[in-house]
Amino acid sequence: MTPLDYFSETTFMTPNLDTPPLPSSSSVLSLERSVSSDATGNRAPVFSRTLTRSRWWAWVSAACVVTVVTFVVCLGFGTQTIPYSRIIAVVMAVVVGPFTEQGIGDPTSVILLHVRMPRVVLAFFVGGSLAMVGVALQALLRNPLADPFVIGISSGAALGAAIALLFGVGISVGSISALPICAFAGALLALMIMYRISMAQYGFSVYTLLLAGVVLNAIFSAFIMFLTSIADPNRAFGMYAWLMGTLTGPDWPTLGMLVVYLGVGLVMLGMHAQSLNLLTLGEETARSLGVEVERVKKSVFLAAALLTGAVVSFSGIIGFVGLIIPHAVRLVVSADHRLLLPMAGLVGGMFLMMADTVARTALSPSEFPVGVMTALVGGPIFLWLLTTRQTQLGMK
Amino acid sequence: MMNDEFTSNVAYSLQDVSFSYSRGKHAGSEAVLKELSCLMLSGRVLGILGPNGSGKSTLLKLLARVYQPQQGTIEILGESLSGLSQIEVAKRVALVPQETLQVFPFTIAEMVLMGRSPHHQGWGGWHWEDSQDWAIVQNAMEELDVAHLGDRLVTEVSGGERQRAVIARALVQEPQILLLDEPTAFLDLHHQLDIARIIRRLNRERGLTVILVSHDLNLASQYCDHVMLLNKGRIAAMGSPHMVIQPKVLEAVYGCSVLVDRHPQSGLPRVSLPM
Repeated sequence: MTPLDYFSETTFMTPNLDTPPLPSSSSVLSLERSVSSDATGNRAPVFSRTLTRSRWWAWVSAACVVTVVTFVVCLGFGTQTIPYSRIIAVVMAVVVGPFTEQGIGDPTSVILLHVRMPRVVLAFFVGGSLAMVGVALQALLRNPLADPFVIGISSGAALGAAIALLFGVGISVGSISALPICAFAGALLALMIMYRISMAQYGFSVYTLLLAGVVLNAIFSAFIMFLTSIADPNRAFGMYAWLMGTLTGPDWPTLGMLVVYLGVGLVMLGMHAQSLNLLTLGEETARSLGVEVERVKKSVFLAAALLTGAVVSFSGIIGFVGLIIPHAVRLVVSADHRLLLPMAGLVGGMFLMMADTVARTALSPSEFPVGVMTALVGGPIFLWLLTTRQTQLGMK
Repeated sequence: MMNDEFTSNVAYSLQDVSFSYSRGKHAGSEAVLKELSCLMLSGRVLGILGPNGSGKSTLLKLLARVYQPQQGTIEILGESLSGLSQIEVAKRVALVPQETLQVFPFTIAEMVLMGRSPHHQGWGGWHWEDSQDWAIVQNAMEELDVAHLGDRLVTEVSGGERQRAVIARALVQEPQILLLDEPTAFLDLHHQLDIARIIRRLNRERGLTVILVSHDLNLASQYCDHVMLLNKGRIAAMGSPHMVIQPKVLEAVYGCSVLVDRHPQSGLPRVSLPM
C-alpha cells in the first residue's frame, strides 16, 4: 500500500467540520509581530536572572579583579616575609615593565619570580582546569556529582603518567615530554569506559556513576601500586608524593608547555558552551534543538581528557575541585555554560591558589600535599550534597 | 493523482520506514517500526495512538530526526529529512518531549531561550541573544502564561507550568510543525484541558501543524482532526476520529472490549471501559 492510498481512503472521507486555514508561507509562526512596531527600540530582557552580554562582562571582569588580588595576596605568604609594596612592584615589572631593572642579585625578587610565582601560577591553572573539566563532565553526563577525580578520570591519567615515569618514557622526545601525552591517553581510556557504563542503561542513575567511579579508581590505583612496588625505591617515593597531588617546583618553561596544552583544551570546551547548555536537557532534546550531539560529545571528551591529562601529569591527583567549584558557581552566578565555564575556571583557580598557600605555609617550614587540603574540604561537601540535595540532584 | 497543491499540503511523507534501537546482528528482528508508509497533512492536528510498545514515541522521534530510520525515507515539507542538517530540521520541527530533565538550576526564561539556538549558527553555537530573540521569547511566554515565572527555577515550578514552558521553548524555535510526546501524561484534569486548548489554539490561529502522541483516546478524539492507530510497529488504522475510534478497531488493537458512545457536546466518539 502506498502512502497515497492511505491518503485517498481516509482523508477525503473525513467530515472535516472546521478545516483550518493551511499555512500560506514559511513564517507561519510570526511571534514577533507585536514588537515589530518598535523595531528600533532595544527591548531589554525583563528577566533579571537571565544571562546577558553586560551581565557576562560584569561577572567576568569582577572575577578577574578578585583573581589578581588573590594572586598577589598568595605571593605574600611564605617562610620569608616580603612586603606587599615589593610584591606589587615586581608583579608590575613582570607585566608591564622591563624586569631586569629589578636587579638580578636581589634575593626577594628571585624568591618571587622563581619560587613563589611559578607555583601560584601553576595552582591557578590546575584549579581552573579541574573546575572547567568538572563543569563539562557534569553537563555531558547530566550529573552534578561528576568530577574528574570522583569518576576515575584522574586515576586513569595518573596510571598513564606512572607508566611513563617508571619506564622512563617520560624522558622528553625532542622538546616535548611524553608524560602529558601518556596521561592524556590514560584519561581518555578512563573517560571512554565511564561513558560506556553510564550510557549502558537508559536513564542511568547517579549511583551507577558513582559506584562505577569508585571501582574504576580502585582498579587504576591497584595498577599504580603494582607499578610502584616493582619500581626502584627512589623513584617509587617520588611517585607517592606526586600521586597525592603536589604543586612543587615548576619552572617557567614547564609552565609554558602546560599553558599550551590547557589552551587547546579550554578553547575546545569553550566553543561548545551553548551546546553544553542544550545537552543538559538530555541528548534527544538537544538533538531536536539542532545540536550535532555525537560531534560535540567527542570534542568535549577529547578536551576533558586533554585537560585532565595535562593537569595530572604536572600536579598529580588533586580531587574535588571539579565538584565543589561548579556547584558553588551555579548556585551563586548562573547555570548558563557561557558564564559558568569562565567563572568556574577563575574561581577554581583562586580556590587552588589559596588551598596551596595554606598547604605550603600552615606547617612551615615543612609542607603537605595540596591534594590533602582539597580532599579534606571537598570530601565533606560531597557527602553533604549527596545526603541533602537528593531531589535536586535528580536521584529521587 | 499527485499534483502540486497536494504535495504542498503534506507535512510528512513516510515510505517503508523501519526502525530498530538495537544495532548490528539483531537489528532486523526487534524492529520497533515496520515498513511504515503514510502521509501526514500540514495544518492539522494528528494524534498517534496505540498500546504500550506500539512505537508511537519512536515514530515521533524519527519525525524530529532524533533518530534516523534504518530503512525507508521520510520527507518533511517536500524535502528529504536525512538530507537536512540537524539545525535545519530544528528550524522546521520542534519536539516537546514526554519528560524534561531538570538536573541543573536553569531558570524558566533561560530554558525557553534555548529554543532560539537553532537560529544562531556560528562558532559552536556561541552567540548572544539580540532584542528580537528576547521579543520572541517574551511573546511565547506570554502566550503560554509563563512570563511571570521567568526567573523561577525549572525545579521549582509545577508540572503543568513546566510543560507550558517547554511548549513555549518549542514555539520560539518558530517551527512549522510541532511534535508533542504525551503532552498531558502527568497533568491533572485542569492542566490537561489547559494544554489541549493551547494546542488547538496554536493550530487554529497560526495554522501550526501538530502531531501528538497520546494514550488518552478521548483527548485525541476531541482535539485531533486525524488519528493514527499504531499496533506492533504498523499502522492499524488512520483517518478521522469517527473512523478509527470504533469498538471493533480498538478491540482488535488493544485486545480488550471497550464501549464507544458519543461525547455529549461534540458528538465525537468517547471511549469507556466496560464494567
